[in-house]
Amino acid sequence: MQPETPARLRKLRGAAPAQRHNARTVAALTGNPGCARRAVLDAAGIDKDALARKIGHPAKFGQSQFAITRGNAFEAQVKANGYAELLRLLRETLGLEIEEVGSKDLNEVAGNDSQELRHIRARQALEAAVNGHEPLTFLDHPLLRLDVGGNDVYLEPDLVAFHHDGVMHVVEIKSFAIIDDQADGGKVAAAARQSAVYVLALRKLLGDDRVSHDVVLVCPKDFSNQPTAVKIDVRKQLITLDHQLSRLARIDTLVGQLPEDLSLELDTHTPQELVDALSRMEARYEPTCLNSCEMAYFCRSEASGCTSALGATVREELGGIEYVARALDLAHGKTVPSVEEVEATAMLQATARIYRSVAA
Amino acid sequence: MSAISSYARALAAGDGRAYPIASRRHLHLSDHPLVFIPLTMAGEANAPLAAMIGTDRDSPSLLVVPQPRNRDLRFAFAAELAGHVLRYVEDRPRHGVETYGKEARTRYLDAPQMLVPNGAGVGFVKLFGRSTRFRRTTGQYAVTPEVPLLGRWLTWFAERAEHPGCSTLVAMTSELSQHWASGQSALEDANLAAQLAWIDPPAGSDAAQAAREAEDPMIWPPSGPSTDPTFDNAVLAPAIRRYDEGQHERALAVLERELRTQLEPTWRLMWQAYDLLRALPAGDTVESRWATDRTEFTGHHIYVGGGGLPQARRDGAVAAARRLQRLEREQQEYDATRALDDPMVMANFRVTGEAFTGTVVSVEPDRRVVSAKGRRVLRPLVVVRTSDPVRLVAQTTVRSPARPSQDATIIDISGELVTLQIENGMGRGATAATGSLPIAGDDLTYTSIFPDGIRSPELPSVDDTPWTHGGPPQPYTPSDDDAREVWE
Amino acid sequence: MTFDPAAEAEKATLRILGDFRSGAHRGVVVNSPPGAGKSTLVVRAASELVQDGERLMIVAQTNEQVDDLTASLARRLPGALIGRLSAGGYVPSPRIGGLPNVACDDKVANLAGCAITIATAAKWAYVKDRSWEWAIIDEAYQMRSDALLAIAALFERALFVGDPGQLDPFSVVENDRWRGLTWDPMQSAVAGLLRNNPGLPEHQLPVSWRLPHSAAPLIAPAFYPFTGFRTGTGPGDRELTFSTRAFGRSPVDAVLETAAASGWGFLELPARHTMRTDGEAIAAVAGVARRFIERGAVARSGSSSSPVTQERVAVGAAHRDQVAALQAALTGLPGITVDTANRLQGREYDVTVILHPLSGRRDATAFHLEAGRLCVLTSRHRQACVVVGRAGIRELLDAHPSAEPVHLHDPVKFPDGWAASQTVISHLEAHRVPASA
Repeated sequence: MQPETPARLRKLRGAAPAQRHNARTVAALTGNPGCARRAVLDAAGIDKDALARKIGHPAKFGQSQFAITRGNAFEAQVKANGYAELLRLLRETLGLEIEEVGSKDLNEVAGNDSQELRHIRARQALEAAVNGHEPLTFLDHPLLRLDVGGNDVYLEPDLVAFHHDGVMHVVEIKSFAIIDDQADGGKVAAAARQSAVYVLALRKLLGDDRVSHDVVLVCPKDFSNQPTAVKIDVRKQLITLDHQLSRLARIDTLVGQLPEDLSLELDTHTPQELVDALSRMEARYEPTCLNSCEMAYFCRSEASGCTSALGATVREELGGIEYVARALDLAHGKTVPSVEEVEATAMLQATARIYRSVAA
Repeated sequence: MSAISSYARALAAGDGRAYPIASRRHLHLSDHPLVFIPLTMAGEANAPLAAMIGTDRDSPSLLVVPQPRNRDLRFAFAAELAGHVLRYVEDRPRHGVETYGKEARTRYLDAPQMLVPNGAGVGFVKLFGRSTRFRRTTGQYAVTPEVPLLGRWLTWFAERAEHPGCSTLVAMTSELSQHWASGQSALEDANLAAQLAWIDPPAGSDAAQAAREAEDPMIWPPSGPSTDPTFDNAVLAPAIRRYDEGQHERALAVLERELRTQLEPTWRLMWQAYDLLRALPAGDTVESRWATDRTEFTGHHIYVGGGGLPQARRDGAVAAARRLQRLEREQQEYDATRALDDPMVMANFRVTGEAFTGTVVSVEPDRRVVSAKGRRVLRPLVVVRTSDPVRLVAQTTVRSPARPSQDATIIDISGELVTLQIENGMGRGATAATGSLPIAGDDLTYTSIFPDGIRSPELPSVDDTPWTHGGPPQPYTPSDDDAREVWE
Repeated sequence: MTFDPAAEAEKATLRILGDFRSGAHRGVVVNSPPGAGKSTLVVRAASELVQDGERLMIVAQTNEQVDDLTASLARRLPGALIGRLSAGGYVPSPRIGGLPNVACDDKVANLAGCAITIATAAKWAYVKDRSWEWAIIDEAYQMRSDALLAIAALFERALFVGDPGQLDPFSVVENDRWRGLTWDPMQSAVAGLLRNNPGLPEHQLPVSWRLPHSAAPLIAPAFYPFTGFRTGTGPGDRELTFSTRAFGRSPVDAVLETAAASGWGFLELPARHTMRTDGEAIAAVAGVARRFIERGAVARSGSSSSPVTQERVAVGAAHRDQVAALQAALTGLPGITVDTANRLQGREYDVTVILHPLSGRRDATAFHLEAGRLCVLTSRHRQACVVVGRAGIRELLDAHPSAEPVHLHDPVKFPDGWAASQTVISHLEAHRVPASA
C-alpha cells in the first residue's frame, strides 16, 4: 500500500472508530470484488450499516433474537463440558482417532489485554500444540491476524481449532440444520468462505502444511438440537480468497482517484453531503447485493433506470445497453445507435417487433 | 429468462406496470384450491410458528404455536394442520372417477391443489412432510395417526412440485413470473406483495412506488415462512415469554391477534393472484397435464390407503436415475407444449430463431418427388415469407402449432423466404385432401420445438442395482429410530 | 535421466492392461490428457482380448466416436468380425460402409457371432438379457452416471477411459435433491463409479502426443493441476512455417508469427462490452483462420511436413450463435471446421483459432467459466492455437463474485473454472498482439 493511503482512508472515515474486520467481512471481499464503493468503505473501516441508515436506505437484514439465541445455545452446547460433544463428533462422525489431552480458551481474561498480546498468546499456544510441546487438542478463540490490503487486521476470534497429528483443523459451528445429509448450499458456502479466512490466517502463522484445507462444519442434525459434523474441503475458497487479498493493493488506485478532502464522517455531514461523497465511488450494483451488503438499498435506488438493476441476465439480453430508457428507444427506433450499439439494436428491434406481433 | 421476458421487463420498468409474457394460463387452477401460508420461527429448523389455511377466501383458519421450541406444541400444530389438509385431500375422490387409456385404468376426476406464496413455502411443505412422515403412533413419543399421514401427503405435494408443469403444489410468485414480467429483478419478484404491485397496483398508485412500499415489512408483512426480525423482537418475543411464564391465555390472545395481522395481508394477496391467473384462458394442454396430476394423486391415494410405506429419506441409485429421466422428459414436454399453446411463449423461440411466423406466399400443391423406395409421392412445397431471424437449417423437420399433425421439412432459406416441403397429413388420395395444405395468405408459425420423440430406456430394478452404483441397497423398513428422531 | 516419452507411455499402458486383465478389479479407470492416445489404448486393449479369444463390448458416447473406433478396430483386427450396433434409422458412414469385417445391425441378436460389439451408450441401454465378460467404455467422462446405471448389468468388468479435463455431462433439469449421494445421476460415470468403489485403480496416460511442446506449460497447470502430463515431442520437433511472406505488419500477421514461434497467440481487440456475436471479434477470428490458409502454412512434425489445408484448421467458440456467425464469415473456406467446444471434444487439428468465451462480456456465468469448455478449446492443436478476445478478460475475472453454493458430501471438482481461466489468461499475456496496433 502507498504510504499515504492509510491516512487518506482515516480521513474518509473521520473520528468514528474503524469497524473491526472479522471472518465474515474478509470473506465478503470475494462476494462482489468488482465493487469499488464497497472496497473503499471496507478499507476505511466505515460503519456501512450506520451510513446506510443515515442516508435513508437502511439495510433490511436485521437479526431476529430467536436466531441469535439459538445460535449461541447451540454453540455453547457443542463446547460444553470441555468440548465433550465436539470430541465425540470428531471421533464418531468423522472417525478420527483423536485424544483429548487438553484445551485452552484463548479468550480475553482480564478484559484489558492488548490485541497484540492476545495474538502473541494465541500464536504461542498454537505453535506449542502443533509442535507437540504442549498437549493441546482444542484451542478456542485464538486471536488471529491477517494482512488485508497491506494492513494487519485482527480477526474477531470466534473459532475453535483442533490439533490432530501435527495439523490444525478449523471447526465452524453453525446453527442451520443438516437434514438427511443436506444443507442450504448458500449457507454452507458462506461457512466455507469464513473458514477459509481462518485457515489462511492460521497458515500465515504456522505454515501451509500445518493447517488442513479440510474444515469441520458442526450443525444441528435434522430437526433436533443434536450436533452432527461434516468435513468441507475449502481449497477453492482459499484460491479465491488468496487472489482477492493479493489484489487489494488496488485500493491505492481507488483512493487515489477520490478528491483529497472527501469525507464520509457521519456526525459532521448531512445525508445529502454523504450521498454526494458516495457518488464519487463507483458501485457495481446487482440484485444479489440486497442479500449481502448494507449499502444495497442505496445502490439500488441509485441504479434505478439501469438495466443492471433488473439483473445481469436481463442486461445481457437487452444487448448490454446500460439504461432501460435507451434500450427501449433503440428497440423502438426512436434514436440512432452508436457504432457500438448497432448489433444490440438489431437484436432489440427484432425482439420488439416479435413481441408486438403477439401482444394483444 | 429470455430476450422476450427481458424486453418485457424493460417495458415494465420504463412504463411503471408489468407486461404480459403469456396470453394463456399454463397451469390448472382448481375451483377450490387449498391456500396455505406457513410461518416459521427464525433460527430453528422449520419449526412452525403459525399458518393460515383454507379453501374459502372469506374464512381462513389460523393456526398458532405459542412456543415453537416446544415439541408437544409442534405436534399439536401438526395434528391440527393434518385436520385441514387430510380433510381437503379426502374430499377430492368424492368428485368421482373416470376411466382412461387403452387399458381402461381408473382415476379420480379431481385432485388436490395447494397454493403457497413462494418457493420457500414449497420448502416448508417439503421439510414439514419430512419431519412428520416417520412418526409412530404408538410407544414413546407417540403422535396421533393423522400426523404421519399428513407427512406423507405433504411429501407427496412437495415431490410433485419438482415436476415441470405440475399444478398440485404451486408457488404463487413463480407462477406469476411465468405470466408477467415486472419492472424489477427476478430476485425481487420473490416478494409476492412487490410482484403483485407491479402486476395489479392499487388504483391510482404508481407500480414501482407500490412495489417499494410492499418491501416494507411494517406495511406488508413478509409472506413467509420467515418473519420480519423487527416483528420477532418487538412483538413475538415478549408474547412467547409471557406464554413461557405461564400466562397461556393472555399470551395466546396476543399471539393470535398479532399473527393474524401478519398473515391476513398475504392471504388477500394469494386470492388476488389467484383471480389474476384465473382470468387468463387456460392453454390447450393444461388439461392433459392436470390429468397427469390426477393420475398421480389417484395412485398415491390408493397406495397410502393400502398402508404403503412413507417415502424414503433420499432416492436410491435406481430411483434417482428414473426420476431424473422423467424430469428431463417432462421439462422438454412442458417447454414445448407451452410454446405450442401460446404465441407469446413461442415468441421466445422466434427470437432465438428456432421458430418463425410468416405469411404463405405460394403453394405448389401437386409437386411429386421420387421417394427412397422409388415411388413418386406427393410432396407439396409451401413458401413462407417471414421477417423473423430464422436460424433453422435446411433438412430440419418443423411443425406448425396450427397444424400439429403435419410434418414439414425445410428445403431452403433465402432472405425472408423459407421453402417447406409438406411430408404428410394430406389424406390418402392422389391429391392433397381439401384443407390439408396451407394456402397463400395464411399466417403461420413453424417450429422445430415439439414435445414428442423423447424416450428413456428401462432401468434395472432396485434389487439389481449394479456394483457401479453401490449394489442393491438395504431394503428400507421403517424403524423405531425414525420415530425417535429428536424434534425439540 | 532424460524423459523417454515412448517408454513412459508404454510402461503406463502395460500397467493399465495388467490391472485390467488381472481380473482383480471390476473396473479400471484411465485418465487421459488431450491427445494422449486414448483411442490407441482402447484399440490395443480390445485387440489383445480378441487375440486371446475373448469377446467384448465397447461403449462410446456418440455415433461419430463409435464409427471412428469401429474403423480403427476393423483395420487392426482384419480377421475378427466387428459388430456395429446402431439405432433403427442409422446409415453406415462411408468410413465403415465398405469394410468387409464390419457388420452393422440394429438388433444385437444379429451380431451374436462378433468378437467385438460396439455401440453408443444410448443404444446399449436398450440391450437386454445378454452379457459380456469384458467391456471398454470410451469417453467415460462424457457419460452421465445414470447412463452407466442403465448398461452396467451387461458386463462383468470394464476399462473406463476418458479425459477428466473435458466438459461435464449436462442436464436440462436443475435439481439439488441428489447432491451428496455417491450415485448422483447428474455426475459423470467415472465420478460415480469411483465414489461407489473407492478402491478401484486409477491410471494416468502420461504423454500427450497431439499437443506440441509449447502447450504443456499452459494446459497442464490450468487443467490438470494434480497429475500434469508431458508432451511426446520436445522443443523444435514441431514447426509451423509460412510459404508466403506477410505484407507489412498487420496484427493478424503478427499474431500468426507469434503463434508459429511459440505455439500460442492472443489477438487482443480493444476493450468493449459487446453482444455475444461481436461482429469485430467474429471478423477477427475468421480473419486469422483465413490468413493461415492464405499464407500457405506448413506444419512439420519430426521429419515430415505437410501443408496446413482447410481440413487441418478448426475454429471454436462457446455459443452456437457465435458458431453460426463464424460459419457465415467463413463461407469461402468450407473445409475449415467451425464448431462449439462440445462438438470439438476429441478432435485434432494442426491449427486452431478460438474466440475466448469471456471476450466482450460484462460478467461471467458458470457456463463461461466451465474449465472443460476452455480446456477443449485450447487443446485441439498439434502446432498452434490463436485465441481472439477483447481486452478486459483479466479484470472481469478479478471482479467475478465467488458465490457458488457448496453441497455437503459433494467432492470438490478441480480444476476450478475461475482459477483455470486466470491461469490461461496470464499465460496468454506473454503472447499478446494488440489488434489496434
